[in-house]
Amino acid sequence: MTQEELCTQLGAQFGDAVGALSETKGDRFVTVKVEKIVEVCAYLKTTVGCEFDFCRDITAVDWPARKVIEVVYHLYSVTHRHGLVLKVEANREAPAVATVEGVWKAATWLEREIYDLFGVNFTGHSDLRRILLPDDWVGYPLRKDYQEAGGYHGIGNTRPEPLVQLAKATDEVRKAIAAEAAAAAAAAAAAAPAPAVVESAPAPAAAPAAPAPAAPSTERKP
Amino acid sequence: MSTDTTPDTTIDMNLDRHILRRTDGNDEEIVVNFGPQHPSTHGVINFVTQTNGEVIRRSVPEIGYLHRGLEKIGELVAYPGYMPFTDRIDYLAAMFANEGYAVAVERLLGIEAPPRAQYIRAISCELCRIASHFISIGTMAQDIGAATPLTHALREREAINDLLEELCGARLTYNFHRIGGVAFDVPAGWTDKVLRFLDHLDSYIQEWDRLITFNKIFVKRLAGVGVISREKAIDYGLVGPNLRGSGVKFDIRRDMPYGAYSDFEFNIPVGAGKVGTVGDCWDRFFVRVQEVVESSKIIRQAIAKLPEGDIQAKVARKVKPEAGEAVGQVESARGEMLYYIVSDGSEKAYRLRVRTGSFMAMGIIEELSHGIMVADLIAIIASLDVVAPEVDR
Repeated sequence: MTQEELCTQLGAQFGDAVGALSETKGDRFVTVKVEKIVEVCAYLKTTVGCEFDFCRDITAVDWPARKVIEVVYHLYSVTHRHGLVLKVEANREAPAVATVEGVWKAATWLEREIYDLFGVNFTGHSDLRRILLPDDWVGYPLRKDYQEAGGYHGIGNTRPEPLVQLAKATDEVRKAIAAEAAAAAAAAAAAAPAPAVVESAPAPAAAPAAPAPAAPSTERKP
Repeated sequence: MSTDTTPDTTIDMNLDRHILRRTDGNDEEIVVNFGPQHPSTHGVINFVTQTNGEVIRRSVPEIGYLHRGLEKIGELVAYPGYMPFTDRIDYLAAMFANEGYAVAVERLLGIEAPPRAQYIRAISCELCRIASHFISIGTMAQDIGAATPLTHALREREAINDLLEELCGARLTYNFHRIGGVAFDVPAGWTDKVLRFLDHLDSYIQEWDRLITFNKIFVKRLAGVGVISREKAIDYGLVGPNLRGSGVKFDIRRDMPYGAYSDFEFNIPVGAGKVGTVGDCWDRFFVRVQEVVESSKIIRQAIAKLPEGDIQAKVARKVKPEAGEAVGQVESARGEMLYYIVSDGSEKAYRLRVRTGSFMAMGIIEELSHGIMVADLIAIIASLDVVAPEVDR
């Protein structure tokens, strides 16, 4: 069946609980009233000619401006090789949609993921726990207004810019080299007086300065 | 290892669950964390397993250890910039993740890649499928206890990695497909190398079948184990070789054709219960072995018919699809990989959803785990070919 035919059939069965096929660009979809979703899904699965036996995907989209979270069902029929996209709109303040677990088992995990990332409460779900995030995670990351809490149990989620770190480390090495060179020069100056009497000044200052840059670089901690 | 005699009838799913404990005052029954660091879990996945000796009462997969928020990242980067991230969804078959994303954005934009690009996509993807299937069937043999086949499988896959490296410069994370085309044309003489490899592969598969597929011990170990009926496979939304292993002839390349696939002749192998029951672990294994041969056929046809022309359609530098939504699906090595993209007309996706084959496969493991042996759980996990980063995204 084409999407138009399926939509007409749904309209005849459920009246105004099922909207018209959308005119959006790309994939078209049908909006269903949130309280009717289980009935519509069960009808689509069991009615001869529709037989949507395969739940390809269930996901959600957050629309803060419209104050709704859309739950999107991508359905397919392996028997008849046709597909349909259903949408329901849940109130964003306390999103609740009845589970379609009883229609397709695949919904169990897919709805758990939406609960985890969007905070949609699937009423009647058998195992509504967080799935990807830890049980004690705060907030729902795929909502548009989600703010990172700044880490989890002392594990940070930011780090200093690597280039800044590198520049800092390089600076420290340079300072260490300079300090050692200065110390070596001072030591040489202290040891110098005896030969300085015999010969003229420039030689001792240059000689100890040469090995200094090499030495600290080998001593850098890994 | 500590034991706790507190009566406890259910598996404790709180954070203190990571201990070995007895349940229900029953001395025989304990809860074992199988994973998250275990070679047989094929990545970082934890199976909280309630066992009575060798027999499992229930095994609950705990996932999310590799969750990197790839769907959220999709909302933060511009369309073309997301391509390298798709590689990280499935590191064993990154070509498909590339292609699926490209197909989804192309549908949103209402464009198509030029024919030559579509053929190059098909060749690269089918090579990737062979590589991924070899890892799958090789590690499965290893999990069952046969160490040698994996070394053979890795050897064949290495040859494919070399070929793909020559094509796109990377061995695992290819970043090869582009919105409206592919990044590079095939290098001179490359197709001949591919054909030479396929000649070797076609004869090698027979050796593989003698070595492991029809090996008596291997067959006995897998026949009739982890049976998923046709109805159950569809109900749980299994896709790809897992669905076909249960006898359902459903393949995105045939049933929702994309790219160049409608130009090729190939069979869709399905499980037939040749050595046991339809939908057992061996059927899923054998479907993959047969698919390697079919992929080889597709690549030969694609190389023979490779059209001349551009490899990239005209796409604006700033990709800005009109407001709307589209689904792009490809038949990945782990089944249908579905991208659902909602656009609000800006340079970034408003919502980017990735539904992977491994995620759906994980959902059925608890159902299969009741009353099986511990060793069979390992066979089931291996036969479903789950890849942890693909589960967690």
